[in-house]
Amino acid sequence: MSKMIKIRNLSKDWKEFSLKGINLEIKKDEYFVILGPTGAGKTLLLETIAGFYFPDKGEVRIDGHDVTNLPPERRRIGFIYQDYSLFPHFNVEQNIEFGLKLRKSSDTNRKRLEEIMDWLDISHLAHRYPATLSGGEQQKIAIARAIAIEPSVLLLDEPLAALDLRTRDYLREELKRVKLELGITMLHVTHDQTEAMVLADRIAVMMKGRIMQVGTAYEIFNKPQNEEIADFVGVENILNGVVRSNENGVAEIVVDMGYNIFAVSDCHAGTVKSFIRPEDIILSEKREESSARNVISAKIEEMSDMGPLTRVRMDNSLVALITKQSRESLGLRKGDEVYATFKATSVHVVR
Amino acid sequence: MKLLSRWSGIEKLKREKIFILFLFLGLFLIAFICITIGNMFYKQAEDFSGLIDTAKDPVVLKAIGISISMALVSTLIAFFFGVPLAYFLARKEFIGKSIIEGIVDVPLMIPHIVAGIALYGVFMRYGLIGAPLKKLGIGITDAYPGIVVAMLFMSLPYLVDTAREGFKEVDPRLENVARSLGASHWRTFREITFPLAFPSIRSGAILSWGRAISEFSAVLILAYHPISAPILIYEKFTSFGLAASRPISVLLISICFVIFILLRVLYKRMK
Repeated sequence: MSKMIKIRNLSKDWKEFSLKGINLEIKKDEYFVILGPTGAGKTLLLETIAGFYFPDKGEVRIDGHDVTNLPPERRRIGFIYQDYSLFPHFNVEQNIEFGLKLRKSSDTNRKRLEEIMDWLDISHLAHRYPATLSGGEQQKIAIARAIAIEPSVLLLDEPLAALDLRTRDYLREELKRVKLELGITMLHVTHDQTEAMVLADRIAVMMKGRIMQVGTAYEIFNKPQNEEIADFVGVENILNGVVRSNENGVAEIVVDMGYNIFAVSDCHAGTVKSFIRPEDIILSEKREESSARNVISAKIEEMSDMGPLTRVRMDNSLVALITKQSRESLGLRKGDEVYATFKATSVHVVR
Repeated sequence: MKLLSRWSGIEKLKREKIFILFLFLGLFLIAFICITIGNMFYKQAEDFSGLIDTAKDPVVLKAIGISISMALVSTLIAFFFGVPLAYFLARKEFIGKSIIEGIVDVPLMIPHIVAGIALYGVFMRYGLIGAPLKKLGIGITDAYPGIVVAMLFMSLPYLVDTAREGFKEVDPRLENVARSLGASHWRTFREITFPLAFPSIRSGAILSWGRAISEFSAVLILAYHPISAPILIYEKFTSFGLAASRPISVLLISICFVIFILLRVLYKRMK
């Protein structure tokens, strides 16, 4: 597949943010999410791609053209901000028309305007002013305004972060629709893991101005390349240990806490870190026979209710996420002895 | 019913005692202004025919006309150069920015008479700028340009400062979005930034205009003639006393007030 966005060695210092040699390739028609904590430089990266800032070093190519030195108005990139950034002195129609007016004759504009408003189901808002609209409505107008100019790429800076849960779910589907039905390449920045998981074809983890890892949602959340990423993507069990042996691709690891675990890995020796997602650990009262290689006895130290899930911390420093239902059927309490069971394939080992 | 709701407003205020205290402290200043101006108007009302006579006096009308029109010219110049400066200062960070901002505010800090003397030194016939202009046949001192120069110097900070704050209020992200939609930087400024900052620019311009009309000391030194309203008032006061200078003052204030109200109404209509 051809590359829509190609970023090479992009560096930029701006205020307290920086980009440090960013390399990224985003395919045509891809929904690409950049996931990272606050202050990672995600917004700066998007704004530099859009041309609001010029990079100190490096190159940005869009659809094969070097746009590094082009002003933003010549890049054909749609941009969506978290706070919608609608023009407050224009009504909805005028907002959407703003970019259209600059491009085409008024006849086709009118038609296109109506098409877009129809498509996003916002025709009834045409003459309202932004200040009178809800957050979700405003963001829809912002999306309409951006896609009106038929951009090849849509850049989205935390577009759903300011919305309530239900609106967020709904707009997520709208964003998917933009990608699927209009074939616009999406580059979406967020700190929200669920959002990344639901939307992304591929995810890049960005921290401290660097791209740390690029991969599918599965790879990012289950095979993080280092402890920092693992910690950020919610791998709560990070165990230090030493590989004792390896048989047929299953390594036996002696972890710091004094027990052994088995992991599918090609490591044969040396110190390693093992990552296990808390939702991959099952708790039971009795030692259950199963195909899972790891069954470890532990005592419950702390339980915290997180709505549908319960986080259980055990004395051997393992953390498990279990459903409310299994918590109730097991009748788990603080101080109970339990068995923590997880598969060898659920353990991701890095050096 | 209306009285009742108004009463409940006061009741509400009672529960927020700090506002009652602050309101009374603030009223002190309001009273200060109202008593001073009100007294002048009241005294003049006793001599209404004197006011009518003054309003018919061509010398007075000309002086007031000069003040208002020259202040308008001064404000237009301040607008033309000041709005770009204000935008620049609102958007760009650079070393020495606070020095530039300080320079803009210098006219606010120095005594007006000092500004007048400084202006005279530069714009007089042998001055740094006055001399070359003289060669071109443009006289500044004791001429209309002199009035404008003095007014401009004293009033420009009001426009620049207010406009700068107005531009700062416009989220740069709106400009970013406009540009991503294909608008050039020029067009973005014209259609997004300027209209959104306009309420501030407008109040800055009105402040600047009002300040220009009221400028006395600097105008006195740079251009005593052609005689503008404050100078005429001063002349009347020193030669004939309070009773002679008051009607012109009342007339000037009234006219400015009416223009000010008209501008507001006009702007609301435009919206």
